[in-house]
Amino acid sequence: MELIKLTIDNRTVEVEKGTTIFHAAKKLGIEIPTLCYMNLKDLNIEHKPGGCRICVVEVEGRRNLAPSCATECMEGMVVKTHTVRVLNARRTVLELIISDHPFDCLICAKSGNCDLQSLAIKLGVRDIPFQGEKSTYKPDFSPAIIRDMDKCIMCRRCETMCNDFQTVGVLSGINRGFEAVVAPAFERDLDHSECTYCGQCVAVCPTGALTEVDHTKNVIAALSDSKKTVVVQTAPAVRAALGEEFGLEAGTLVTGKMVAALRQLGFDYVFDTDFAADLTIMEEGTELLDRLTRHLGGDKEVKLPILTSCCPGWVNFFEYNYPDMMDVPSTARSPQQMFGAIAKTYFAEKINVKREDMVVVSIMPCVAKKYECTREEFATDGNPDVDFSISTRELAHFIKSANINFNALPDEDFDKPLGESTGAAVIFGTTGGVIEAAARTAYELHTGKTLEKVDFEALRGFDGIRSASVDFDGVDIKIGIAHGLGNARKMLDDVKAGRSEFHAIEIMACPGGCIGGGGQPLHHGDSSVLRARAKAIYSEDESKVLRKSHENPSIIKLYEEYLGKPGSEKAHHLLHTHYFDKKSKQVLLD
Amino acid sequence: MHMLVCGGTGCRASASDMLYESLKKEVQDNNLENEVQVVTTGCFGFCEKGPIVKMIPDNTFYVSVEPKDAKELVAEHALKGRKVNRLLYVDPTNKEQISDSKHMGFYKKQIRIALRNCGLINPENIEEYLAADGYEAMGKVLLEMTPEEAIKVVLDSGLRGRGGGGFPTGLKWQIASKNEADQKYVVCNADEGDPGAFMDRSILEGDPHTVLEAMVINGYCIGATKGLIYIRAEYPLAIQRLKIAIGQAREFGLLGTDILGSGFDFDVEIRYGAGAFVCGEETALIHSMEGERGEPTFKPPFPAQSGYLGKPTNVNNVETYANIPVIINKGAEWFSSIGTEKSKGTKVFALAGKINNVGLIEVPMGITLREVIYEIGGGIKGGKKFKAVQTGGPSGGCLTEKHLDIPIDFDNLIAAGSMMGSGGMIVMDEDDCMVAVAKFYLEFTVEESCGKCSPCRVGNKRLHEQLDLITKGKATMEDLDKLKNLSNVIKDTSLCGLGQTSPNPVLSTMENFYDEYVAHVTDHRCPSGVCKDLIRYEVIAENCVGCTACARNCPVNCISGERKQVHLIDQVLCIKCGACLEKCKFNAIAVI
Repeated sequence: MELIKLTIDNRTVEVEKGTTIFHAAKKLGIEIPTLCYMNLKDLNIEHKPGGCRICVVEVEGRRNLAPSCATECMEGMVVKTHTVRVLNARRTVLELIISDHPFDCLICAKSGNCDLQSLAIKLGVRDIPFQGEKSTYKPDFSPAIIRDMDKCIMCRRCETMCNDFQTVGVLSGINRGFEAVVAPAFERDLDHSECTYCGQCVAVCPTGALTEVDHTKNVIAALSDSKKTVVVQTAPAVRAALGEEFGLEAGTLVTGKMVAALRQLGFDYVFDTDFAADLTIMEEGTELLDRLTRHLGGDKEVKLPILTSCCPGWVNFFEYNYPDMMDVPSTARSPQQMFGAIAKTYFAEKINVKREDMVVVSIMPCVAKKYECTREEFATDGNPDVDFSISTRELAHFIKSANINFNALPDEDFDKPLGESTGAAVIFGTTGGVIEAAARTAYELHTGKTLEKVDFEALRGFDGIRSASVDFDGVDIKIGIAHGLGNARKMLDDVKAGRSEFHAIEIMACPGGCIGGGGQPLHHGDSSVLRARAKAIYSEDESKVLRKSHENPSIIKLYEEYLGKPGSEKAHHLLHTHYFDKKSKQVLLD
Repeated sequence: MHMLVCGGTGCRASASDMLYESLKKEVQDNNLENEVQVVTTGCFGFCEKGPIVKMIPDNTFYVSVEPKDAKELVAEHALKGRKVNRLLYVDPTNKEQISDSKHMGFYKKQIRIALRNCGLINPENIEEYLAADGYEAMGKVLLEMTPEEAIKVVLDSGLRGRGGGGFPTGLKWQIASKNEADQKYVVCNADEGDPGAFMDRSILEGDPHTVLEAMVINGYCIGATKGLIYIRAEYPLAIQRLKIAIGQAREFGLLGTDILGSGFDFDVEIRYGAGAFVCGEETALIHSMEGERGEPTFKPPFPAQSGYLGKPTNVNNVETYANIPVIINKGAEWFSSIGTEKSKGTKVFALAGKINNVGLIEVPMGITLREVIYEIGGGIKGGKKFKAVQTGGPSGGCLTEKHLDIPIDFDNLIAAGSMMGSGGMIVMDEDDCMVAVAKFYLEFTVEESCGKCSPCRVGNKRLHEQLDLITKGKATMEDLDKLKNLSNVIKDTSLCGLGQTSPNPVLSTMENFYDEYVAHVTDHRCPSGVCKDLIRYEVIAENCVGCTACARNCPVNCISGERKQVHLIDQVLCIKCGACLEKCKFNAIAVI
């Protein structure tokens, strides 16, 4: 390791060769402001296009200013980060960026959470000396994401997520000069692109250019309609992140406060998507065991590996990219949709409410869920199983707008029966969790023995692609895990080419799984936030008495009273789905 | 006898291809096929007087030749050996006819190295290139020299990149040669984009083999076996001739495997650019070739470390390459004897604007602007007064009278507030408004910015808007200070050469013509009478005879007046197109 010595603001610092000025300055406690720069260390994503030119610094002997995020340190370099020249340039560049940005902070969805706004506050911008034309673009409303490119500052972070990390390739720079903007090819709307609605573009957008579709209004309307019974379900990853919106440290579990808040907001039943996660394990686990048993019995026709199907972004991804492999993923619906189907049948009958008088709302860490609940196959006579899906961020806004002092709320419990869950369900919220939950149940069902050690440490972690073997009483079950669609693509290509040795693969579209979903509180490029959320999820699992899905008494009762057994005809009808070839649909649109 | 007919794009636009056909037909009709060969060549450079026909061996240089002149040329010159005097060039100073081009003011001070074969050989015939010592340098390098020896010659010659940056070519090659890789690339940058510049196009159209030869040499020197020519798709003739040249070179074993039995393999492919100015920047060019968006990335890494497909890549401009074979053949010492201390050899300039001899010239470094404008260029059109010359295209600056005697080279031009650029040279006279000129260039950079970095994307737009306000008389003196600060910040913070130089036209015109800016701002007056919002056309009553020419030509019918009566312009309706001024024969229209 070669070390380099340089001077920054008259202080000497020693750094490894290859370190940028930005990081060297950080070592000295000097925070050079940035705008386009993004560093998701845990995911190996360092986005430094050197485009915004906010982080410029003066380097002795250099003709022009240097972008500190992209300029590597050299031996003996003399750097000044706040000379008059630097400050004037930085302010002028910021004024230029703002001069081509709407001034509607008051009503912007990102207000208070916007990197451009924060920078303007930090630099004390009070007027814009260069008034002129502002770029305007056609707004793009998709079922999940809104693109308001008037607010785009060309940081290109979304492009890095969409192309390099997710390999979805929908967003890229188009046009030249002042008209340059990030958009799908030919400036089509997202709805007419191969967008999976994973929402990672939304998660990293520094301004209000990319936001989720806000359904809070619809939820409020349903709550104020006395004829409606409004049922809410909350996804596992939400409880590990919601607190951040109320100033709590990342990784603070707020399950009880969240339940209390939802009750105060007026939901008639506060249930848990975790219940449906346990149900998913029953169905998906049965499917896995069925395929596995046939495979071990020598059946050459059986499709292995089986792929999880909980993640709607991932489902969209394979429908667009691997339509020839649609028989590989499990047919089990996602927990959100299983919950909706059970709520509007089994539970509605139980409380004697007609389907059309029940409104199911989901709180999700995700923006693709908004799209998922609009899919036609998840509706009966036009009435969707899940009516509205709102994100963690939307829920936080809703709670704040309702004058609820969230941090002071007492912990409350979910309602029964659809609020009861096991530890296996809560880990659905992090990468590796679904397959770990499945392994716990499948092991016991397959071997007939009790699983002594519930924690499958080998399946946990943050590496983009992971693999592990689980000993099913002498039979080695090979499990693969991928998070991030780019990693999923690698796995899928292996399966397609027959190179895959796995029996089961879990795939989540977002980095870290649902905890890093596009609907979560913004991490502002700090990926340690994701680790803290994962830790919280595992601690909730540990704190539970029941940690295997098939032990959930409400699930057992559901099968007894209503579904029969996993994989039954009724279960198939309500809890399973089929997939569509979206590639051909796309071709037709072209 | 050879009849050389210019086949460059400029002369073809004036029907030189038809002229060629007519000459051929006349030669045939007179049964002279065995005695007279009609040959299409590349550009002669003297575009002002095109189409050009040159007779070999007596060097008679005919100008402004039309297809209908073919009969007389063949009947008189070819058959009877008599010059067609009416088609000879007339020296504007003494009105004497000049027959041999070397005595013309336009050519006298030129030294043609990069353009040596343009206007001399048929670019579509490899044998003519071979006859002009073609591929000799390549043979010498491949068979007699080590890569290090060849690089040393280029290094010692002092050749600097002709695309604009002026980076020492030999040094660039040396760096690329030292980077180890399983594959390296040689790229010819033919994405010429400066408004008015066409030297690269002319070289490719007139002498494509010289570029191929130089690329093979370059490949051998740095250890690359693949060459790519990135050329804008708007250059169809150059592309066609390049394709022919590549085909012929392969056929002759001068491209491909084991070239000349040396054991060295090299081949060339053409890549098309969609005509984006920024793709002349080498990293943007490489991204464009890779199929990515044509926008620059931060350097380092330099292409020599990680270029095309992540491999070490050497990018040189067309004109740079055109110098290489001559340098190898005649030696570094010979080349470095031409030019100034730090800028060796010659430079090709595209001379344009308000100048008598518009065209392509190649002059030794160190020549003065005065010599170029007054001796080669023949002075200012219409006897008007010289005001400024813009070198370096949209990245350069406007130089004035006081700069006319500085020797032109890379460093002197930068010191004077402009730059060499790729060699555009636009001459302006007293009728040009310098604020409008700056605005014109900004319009170009706003259009051509890739939009990646904020100072260039938004800053140039704001610069243009500010200039627009000034030309409309709507700016304040405070705005002028803002303009200057903004210009300096854009230069200081932009990502690539485009933004780092785009404010130069503003800064140099502010520096040299500040009073013009002030006149626009404080007096709401355009001293040159160009800025429409600040001028009005009026009839001078004592000169107006009432001929009605102005009224008849006014496109918006805003001029009224009876025959033989003084006319009147309605200022509200007038769109200031200037048609009345142009049509008035009695000096009765004034710009106020």
